[in-house]
Order: sequence, then structure tokens, then C-alpha cells
Amino acid sequence: MEKLRVVHFLNQFFGGIGGEEMAHVAPQAREGPIGPGTALQAALGERGQVVGTVICGDNYFAKDMDKAAQEVLRLIEPYRPDLLIAGPAFNAGRYGPACGKVCHMVREQLGIPAVTGMYEENPGAELFRRTVYLVKTAASAKGMPEAMTTMIQLALKLHAGEPPGAPEEEGLIPRGVKKNRLAEHLASERAVDLLLKKIKGEPYRSEMHLPKFEKVPPAPPVQELSKALIAIVVEGGLVPPGNPDGIESARATRYAKYPIAGKDALMQGDFAPISGGFEKAFGAQNPNRMCPVDVLRELEKEKRVGKLYDYFYTTTGFATSLASATKMGKAIAKELTEADVGAVLLVST
Amino acid sequence: MKLELGVCLIKDIQFGKTTRISDHALFVNKEELLTLLLGDRRLESLELEIARPNQKERIIHVLDVIEPRVKVNGPGEIFPGMVGKRGRVGEGRTHVLRGVTVVETGQIPAVPEALLDMSGPAAELVPYARTCNLVLVPQFADGLERVECAHAIKMAGLKAAAYLAEASRNLQPDQLEIYDLVPLPDLADEVKGLPRIAYIYQLQSQADLCEPFVYGDNARKLLSTLLHPNELMDGAIVSGNYEMPPCFKNVTYTHQNNPVVHTLYRRHGRDLCFVGVIVANEHPTLHEKERSAVMAAKLARDILGADGVIITKEGGGHADTDLMLNCQRCEEVGAKTILVVDEPAGPDGTAPPLSDASSDRADAFVSTGNSNELIELPAVERVIGGKTLAGMSDPPEAALTVPVMMIPSATSQVGFTRLTTVEL
Repeated sequence: MEKLRVVHFLNQFFGGIGGEEMAHVAPQAREGPIGPGTALQAALGERGQVVGTVICGDNYFAKDMDKAAQEVLRLIEPYRPDLLIAGPAFNAGRYGPACGKVCHMVREQLGIPAVTGMYEENPGAELFRRTVYLVKTAASAKGMPEAMTTMIQLALKLHAGEPPGAPEEEGLIPRGVKKNRLAEHLASERAVDLLLKKIKGEPYRSEMHLPKFEKVPPAPPVQELSKALIAIVVEGGLVPPGNPDGIESARATRYAKYPIAGKDALMQGDFAPISGGFEKAFGAQNPNRMCPVDVLRELEKEKRVGKLYDYFYTTTGFATSLASATKMGKAIAKELTEADVGAVLLVST
Repeated sequence: MKLELGVCLIKDIQFGKTTRISDHALFVNKEELLTLLLGDRRLESLELEIARPNQKERIIHVLDVIEPRVKVNGPGEIFPGMVGKRGRVGEGRTHVLRGVTVVETGQIPAVPEALLDMSGPAAELVPYARTCNLVLVPQFADGLERVECAHAIKMAGLKAAAYLAEASRNLQPDQLEIYDLVPLPDLADEVKGLPRIAYIYQLQSQADLCEPFVYGDNARKLLSTLLHPNELMDGAIVSGNYEMPPCFKNVTYTHQNNPVVHTLYRRHGRDLCFVGVIVANEHPTLHEKERSAVMAAKLARDILGADGVIITKEGGGHADTDLMLNCQRCEEVGAKTILVVDEPAGPDGTAPPLSDASSDRADAFVSTGNSNELIELPAVERVIGGKTLAGMSDPPEAALTVPVMMIPSATSQVGFTRLTTVEL
């Protein structure tokens, strides 16, 4: 059987070029295995040969990942590899994304299996776990031999065209992609089994894990409300008749801003809610309930707030994905900041 | 309380001259049933249709699914406070027409579309795609308020279910199931010594058209309280949850046949001690949620002495907050929890499955599937319930690619499903 040709990607440290002071080095190729490449070769045994190693400095790569990855790819290609192994990067924060990027590119452009490994909390994991096979490693290089073995096992499987098993079976960082399937037993039965294990102190495997939501630190309080420019942002999908901007009533990806300059209050018919998440009659009857222009105008007159911004923003929060909400939130915040808005009334439903 | 369920196995429904059961077939006198149901003037007219399993048929505008049952012995009437008189239920003998349901449909503005296919991949997801279903297709009185439409079809559905079951009153049931759960102090010592499990049953009563009924009233002001599991079997809780994403609601069928209750009953005395059922509403305000959770946890731990609690919910969003609170309050007082949840993880399966993750003690979950995942429904030959789909321009008989969410109780939040997710 022909020995598989394997190329290894490393950073400047593992590639033996130097430490942080050499993180700027451009991609370069070396014959055979370097540094941890020997562990890689040992794990491969007779099945393959590390024919070349491509090294790139962490900072060089981080500066322009697309450019660096292309350069690395050009150095990998001449070796005509069957497999690409990158890292493992353990918990190294620039090295992880670099390994992920290289694997991603190699898969896309060379069409060969590419495997890397890193610690679950490496920033590269969040960036690449959906698109690249990331073996779960320890946080430090003490986990090298184990990581190499797992990485090679998976790489050989992929080369043979076998589909990988569940993340735990293969030692992978879960992609975080859920797929429906039919279990053998009803959920109620599985629930009782799981609970009994938990009560008895036996090990148990939850079918789902709590999502980790980013904790957003609140902004400091407004210093002088009587001078502040206040904007209203409405999450209930408050739109003009006909919903001209096509804001979705659930799982929104679009937001819009609507003018309220010169209005002392919103009137029935000016705007109405379209969110699928609540009873809309009350918001339709009196849109001020969702976008309190009437009260803010009073506060303006009483000089308790500086001014109400000429526009309010709206989207639908109902079942809207975290990714969309984050994207829209950032965009709205940017526009409001550019308009010198000092405080936002975020009305939720 | 000891309840005998006399299960009458029914294999077909037909319209016939008299309403009776013969040779495992249910014959229905259409005229008589229509006269009974049209006594409610809120219904301008009503059609009765029959849908059978394995047929290329699709029921649209589904609002609820009910299993016909009748009390043949013992106090009370089925669906107490709704069509039955408000009184004690849960003991004596109740007959069940197993293999039959009544399906309520109706076109009510702003109610999301709900589909029930009698064959194809969707039919594998819910038990009432494999039963013979008598479908009610109402025309509401002109200008009727939405909440009146909802109440009208609800009463019609329950009346129809009770009427059908009446045909089994004098029948010898095919199977007899005994549900006998004595008060805690009367349990044998060896049973008391087994792990004690309580069930916290979250209900979503928040607004018109979003209300289960407990003994005839919605649960909007209900403080967390105890029910004997047998009461559920006699229809003490029925679903009025129409304005909800369909897969998120617990249809009446799954209240009557609550699988958590059945699993706990089956294993009671074997590897666990079933100490009780606590119903807890998912209130719309935070202070009511907090009160509800504190009371539910106290009932579970301090009154029932539970070592562990199974918690199920109804709905999403708000429901997730109640779930986290119930979990936290139980775990804080020493009752271990397991939470049954469906996962709206987005069409690509990557979105966070819960909108509230605030309890750091929530570490044991059973998943009932991703409601956003798309399912391909093949074209059908017959559509029951209307001519157009709500919110979709496709013809209702066409092949449709829809989220699992559109199938009522498909990701059954009380766990009446084998659907789950695997993480890739």
C-alpha cells in the first residue's frame, strides 16, 4: 500500500524558528517533519510520511489571514499531499485561527482532508468549528501525543471516505449543529432515566447544554438627561401600513428607521406591530404604547430630557437569531452614535 | 384515587344511521352530532369530515386534537368545567376510544397555520396521524370576536369527543388499565424508600387564544397547585392554546395521555416513587413567575418530599424563563431537576436552543427536537379544513417544505415524541 503523503503546518514557535520575537516571519517550507512533526510521524507509522512542513509566523498570519493562507497553500501544493495536518494549536490564540484557516483553505482548494486540533476555548474553535474538523485537545502542549493520535485517526478515516461519528466518538469539538432524528424511546422515558441517574449521583449525559450568552456590561449611566438626545428602538416590529421595508414578523434580519419629527404623539394607523410574538391589537390601537413619543414629548417640554431623536428604529425580536440580532444591534448602534444620540429607550415586548 | 381506563380499540370511523360501535368500528350519526354542535349560535355552520391513517390527506388549520372519553362509573363527568359538570374526577371507570380523535380546525385571524398529514414523514412525528380522526370544520358567525370563535370551536370539539365516547358506555373494553396512586402517607415503606419523583407541569395561560383550561377556567391567576395524575386522564386540563406556534403547544390529546405521568405511573413502586403532579402557570409578569416558581418548588420538596423533579413547559420565550426559575428554585432546596425542552435551533441547527439560560443549575436536559428544521411534506390528494393556507401562497395540497414547527405538538413539550436532536 502506498504511503500517504502528509504535509504539516506549524507556527514559528513549533517550527523551531523562534519565539514571539519571530512571530513576523513569512510562510516558508521545510523538507520532512519538524519539531512536533516527529510525533506526527510516529502516530502515522507505516501508513504515511510527513513529506514537508510549512511554517508561518503567528503575527504574519493574523495580520491578513486570507493573504497568508494563500501563501501557505502555494507552499503546500508542490508536495502533492494526501492529507494536511495543522498544529495542534492547544490554547494559542493566533495559532488556532491560523490552523483553522489553513485547513479550511486546503479543503476548499485542494480537496484533501485537513485536520487540526485545539483547546475548546481557543478563539479558533468558535471561528472554525462549523467548517473544519477540530480535534479537542488539552490547553497545553503536554497533550501533544494524545492530540496527534486522535488527529491522525480522524484524518485516515476521512481519507478512506468514512463519515466521522458523533463529536464525542471522534474526539472533536462539537460543530454546534443540531440535526433531528428519532430516538428509540419517548422523551418522557429518557427524562426519567436521566433523572434517576442524577439523583443517585451516577454519571449522566444531558441531551442538550445551556447556551452561553455573552454577558454585556451595561453602559455607564447618562450624565445629564436634561441635555441628552434620546432615541427609541422598538423590538416589536412597529411599521408603517404595508410594511414597506419588509421587516419579518419572526426571525428578522432587517431593521428600519421611521421619522417622528414634528409629531407630538403617534396616531392609530401611523404604525402598527407585525411581530408574531404577542397580541398586536393594543399596539395597533395606540402605537405610543410601543413607541412612547407622547410621553417623551412631554418630558422634552418639561426639560427633563434634552430632545427626542427625529427617528425611531424598529425590528422584530420574536425568534430572531442571536447572530441577526447582534448584527442589527451593531448597525443601529453605529447609526445612533454617528447621530450623537446619548441614550436609547429599548422597548421590548 | 383509583381510576380504571377501559380502552376500546377502534379501527375505523364511518358515518351511519345511528352512533354506535360495532366490531371495532365507530359509526357516527352525522345529523345528530351536527344538531348537537350547532346549538351554539356562534357556529354559522359546521362540516364533519373523516381522515384516516396512511391516506394522502392533509388536515389544515388544526387547532386542537382530543381523545374521546366518557365516565361510565364513579363521580363526575369528562372535561369537568367545560362540557362536564365541575366536580370530582379521576376515579371509577372511564372508557377511552383508542384509535380515534376529534380534530378541531378553524380559520381564526392571526392564528398560525398548523398542518396534520395522515401519511408521509410528518405522520411519523405525532400519534394522531395514525388514528382515525373526525375533523370539525366550522364556519363562524359573521363578525364574531376572535376569542368567541376560539371558545365556540373549543366547546364543539369537547362536545363531539364526549358524544363519540358515549357510544362505548355499555361496551366491554378491550383492555383495562389501572391507575391507582394512594396518598403519600399510605404508601408502603419500600415504595417510599425509592427515589421520589415529582412532576412540575408548566402551562401557558397568558392571553386570549393562549390558554389551557383547568377545570373550566384558564390558568391566568392560578397559583402553583397539586393535581392527582388521574384528573388529567378525565380531561381536567384541556388545551385552548390556538395562537401559538403549533409544535409548541400541548394539544388536549397529550394532556389526556401525558407521557410523563404514564412513565412515572408505570415505574412507580419499581424504581421510583411517583409523589405527585404540580401544575404551574407561565405567568406574563416577572413577580408572578417568581411566586409561581417558589410555590412549585416548595410543593415538590417540602410537601411531596421529592428527590427529583421532571419539568416540562409549554411554548418558548417566556416559558424558558419559567423553566429556569422552576429549575433554580427546586435545585436550591435540594430537589434535582431534569428539563424537557424542544430546541428552536434555526433552520441550520446552529442557533441557541433556549432564550433564557439564567439558571446555572440547569444541567440535565432531554431534547424533543429542532422545531425550525425543515421537513418535506409530499403532495396530498385531499385537503380537509379549507382552501388556502394561512400566511402561505402555496396550494394546500401541494408538496410543501415547512418547518417542523407547523405540525401540532410535533416537538411535544410534554415529551410525547421520539423526535430529538443529535449534535454534529
